[in-house]
Amino acid sequence: MTNQEIQHIIASWSDKLEFTEEESEFLNVIVPKEELYTICEQLKANTDLKFDYLFCLTGIDWGSALGVIYHLESTTFRHNIVVKVKISDRENPIVDTVSDIWLTAEFHEMEVFDFFGIKFNNHPNLKRLFLPAEWEGYPLRKDYVDEVNMVIK
Amino acid sequence: MTKSIHDWLFSILPEGIASITEMVLIAVAYLALFAIAGLYLVLLERKVAAWFQLRLGPNRVGPFGIFQTMADALKLVSKELTSTDRVDKFLYNLAPYFVIVTALLAMTIFPFSKQLQAFDINIGMFFLLAISSIGVIGILVGGWASNNKYALIGAMRSGLQTISYELSVGLSILTMVLLTGSLQLSEIIEIQRTGGWLIWQGHIPAIIAFMIFMIAGTAETNRAPFDLVEAESELGAGFHTEYSGMKFAYFFLAEFINMFIIASIAVVLFFGGWLSPFGITEGITWFPEVFWFFIKVLLIIFLMMWFRWTFPRLRVDQLLTLEWKYLLPINLVNIVFMAIVIWLNWIL
Amino acid sequence: MSKDQIIKSNFKTEEYFINMGPQHPATHGVLRLILTIDGEIIRNIEPDLGYIHRSIEKMCERDSYQQIVHLTDRMDYLSSHINNEAVCLVVEKGLEIEVPERVKVIRTIIAELTRIASHCLWWGVMGMDVGALTTYFYAFRDREMINDIFEETCGARLTMNYNIPGGLMFDIHPNFVKRVKDFITHFKTKIPEYDRLLTGNVIFQKRTKGIGILTKEDAISFGASGPVARASGVSCDIRKIHSYSAYDQVNFNEVLFTEGDSLSRYKVRIQELWESLSIIEQLIDNIPEGDIKVQTKAVIKLPKGEFYQRVETARGELGVYVNSTGTKNPYRLKFRSPGFSNLSVLNKIAKGYKIGDLVAIMSTIDIVVPDIDR
Repeated sequence: MTNQEIQHIIASWSDKLEFTEEESEFLNVIVPKEELYTICEQLKANTDLKFDYLFCLTGIDWGSALGVIYHLESTTFRHNIVVKVKISDRENPIVDTVSDIWLTAEFHEMEVFDFFGIKFNNHPNLKRLFLPAEWEGYPLRKDYVDEVNMVIK
Repeated sequence: MTKSIHDWLFSILPEGIASITEMVLIAVAYLALFAIAGLYLVLLERKVAAWFQLRLGPNRVGPFGIFQTMADALKLVSKELTSTDRVDKFLYNLAPYFVIVTALLAMTIFPFSKQLQAFDINIGMFFLLAISSIGVIGILVGGWASNNKYALIGAMRSGLQTISYELSVGLSILTMVLLTGSLQLSEIIEIQRTGGWLIWQGHIPAIIAFMIFMIAGTAETNRAPFDLVEAESELGAGFHTEYSGMKFAYFFLAEFINMFIIASIAVVLFFGGWLSPFGITEGITWFPEVFWFFIKVLLIIFLMMWFRWTFPRLRVDQLLTLEWKYLLPINLVNIVFMAIVIWLNWIL
Repeated sequence: MSKDQIIKSNFKTEEYFINMGPQHPATHGVLRLILTIDGEIIRNIEPDLGYIHRSIEKMCERDSYQQIVHLTDRMDYLSSHINNEAVCLVVEKGLEIEVPERVKVIRTIIAELTRIASHCLWWGVMGMDVGALTTYFYAFRDREMINDIFEETCGARLTMNYNIPGGLMFDIHPNFVKRVKDFITHFKTKIPEYDRLLTGNVIFQKRTKGIGILTKEDAISFGASGPVARASGVSCDIRKIHSYSAYDQVNFNEVLFTEGDSLSRYKVRIQELWESLSIIEQLIDNIPEGDIKVQTKAVIKLPKGEFYQRVETARGELGVYVNSTGTKNPYRLKFRSPGFSNLSVLNKIAKGYKIGDLVAIMSTIDIVVPDIDR
């Protein structure tokens, strides 16, 4: 299925979605965080799309906002899509979990929480995964400072 | 020579003290012998392992590394005995002695040759079975007293393993005792002088009994493929996780002495003890019969090492399945079969 | 009262926790599993990661693209060449460079040798985990030959850094072709030996058959990849699906099993050894002549945008996501490591089995801890 057709199907679900193919090899969908869960659910359930393989889940700090990027693939049709969600509240960023849709997201979301401090609603076991529980701050954010351990060039 | 020492002791000392001194001397001789035998079995194991694994094995200390285990033992003796704060001190310290003492005790009754036997009792086989089941108490106590979860799991595994496989060892020995009609080790060997080795005399049931005995005996000594007690990839080191220095060495040495015991029982029961094959050295008086005993024992030990370095480990439930569902029924049928063989006088 | 109730009223049993790792022989590194155990039976597994976390992703944000290549060796150190390749490919994708054919072929050959070396090590350790200690030395004998080949060409045996963005650092050693051919003839006689020693063993079969079953749906949902997923019947070989380097020039089969148990995960890897050998055989005689690199600028600046490259390491799918703002450093770089997703499967498939099984299952998942922690 071509990107246009995928875009056509997804665009019919909601009018708040932004699509772009610029500066990326995949079709990108920017989803408002309130609709993330329902969109993701449909992406997997839709029989024409069947995005059943979440192969990458990335947290990102855009400066003004934090974000989560979901790289999806369908193991039946082999088409890809990238779902992006922006969270503008840096103090208390919250987004819905997708860990019950794609089980792999459970670990990846823990990783994102660990490094970006993005909290995931309804996540079964949200805690620091790599860093010790008492670690302060979120290291992969751009405003993180650690004068002892970070070498800044 | 033993006779002259005996006479000399009794000539210079009062009777009571002389006999005690004699016993102590024999005990010391045995102790030294088996400590050294144990050490060299360790070396042999390492050499065999190296041979199986395309390696060279120890070859630095002395020619062909023959002093390697001596050096290791020296290191272990000189090491500080460390333990954690939360061990049960008394039991923790007691456990290694249980294991090593029972192992050494069992060695006393073996007839290495016609003359060389410390202790020839008429219930020899029974004594062996009784003694060898005490060793597991040491392992259980050690695992329990260490206050370590891995050690405890190892000890529990050891308990169930020994209890299960004791049955098979006992029953396969019993099968052979049916044939010999005696529990006394020297007598068992004498029987084989005329009729041929028991594995030959008892043919099919004896061979089955031997196979079961080797499987169960390997399990008794906690060696691979039955080394669940230690299972280094699962439990770290199993029951002796918290032991160090000489106490660890006791456990380690006991394993090898136990292996020697199992091999010795097999040799006595199935392969004619110190008797030469086909009586080839029968008439030669100066030939040390002990040579044949040790050759046979070493062959069987080699077999056990072969198992160890080839087979993967069983899982704990498979271990029990093997014993209770296969070995035990086969063994029981085999006893009856052996009885029929003897009754109808099918002995070769 | 039923039998269960009688047992309950007479014996009080408790589940207890046990720490497997960070210092444990079966975790192959500093992985810590918090096990909830009922006797010997595992009720829950909670991995506690981060003991070897070095924050490679953060370091990438301050390093240039050439430097990043060097960091990737230290992730999955058994597939170091393939990790390097992933970063090089993503940079080449960003710069829109087409590397010479010679580079593609050499990269592919070395990647397959790396895969064989990694599977060899896995096989040795797999045997050791189920208690057969001899396998380790057999596997290392053969792996050593590969390492010697690498050493001759790249100067390093494990963390090779042979790839650079735009090509290769040096040309292959004159002996390379001959030694690889020698290795192929040698190794073809050794794989059957592996089978005789371990695969056919009754105890081994009993230990792995029907143990730790991962269904196809779960494998996809957990994002499992590589041999773990292929043993469950998921076709996920990136070399086939999103072909890169010279994989489109060779014929090879994607090894698929459907059982999803420990034994089929084992068999997939053994079969992959044969497939890798066949890939190398097809390429080794026709390495095209030509340049070994495309000259890039000393300071590589990727254009603004997002780039994603997927490669198939020995453990599964490695993804590199680069978000560039047009400067000499990536704005955000994420490694999607195969081990991380594969590890998340563990709690699902090992629950209800015994400690011995957990060890066997873990080694069929083939974990490399630095790859998980990054």
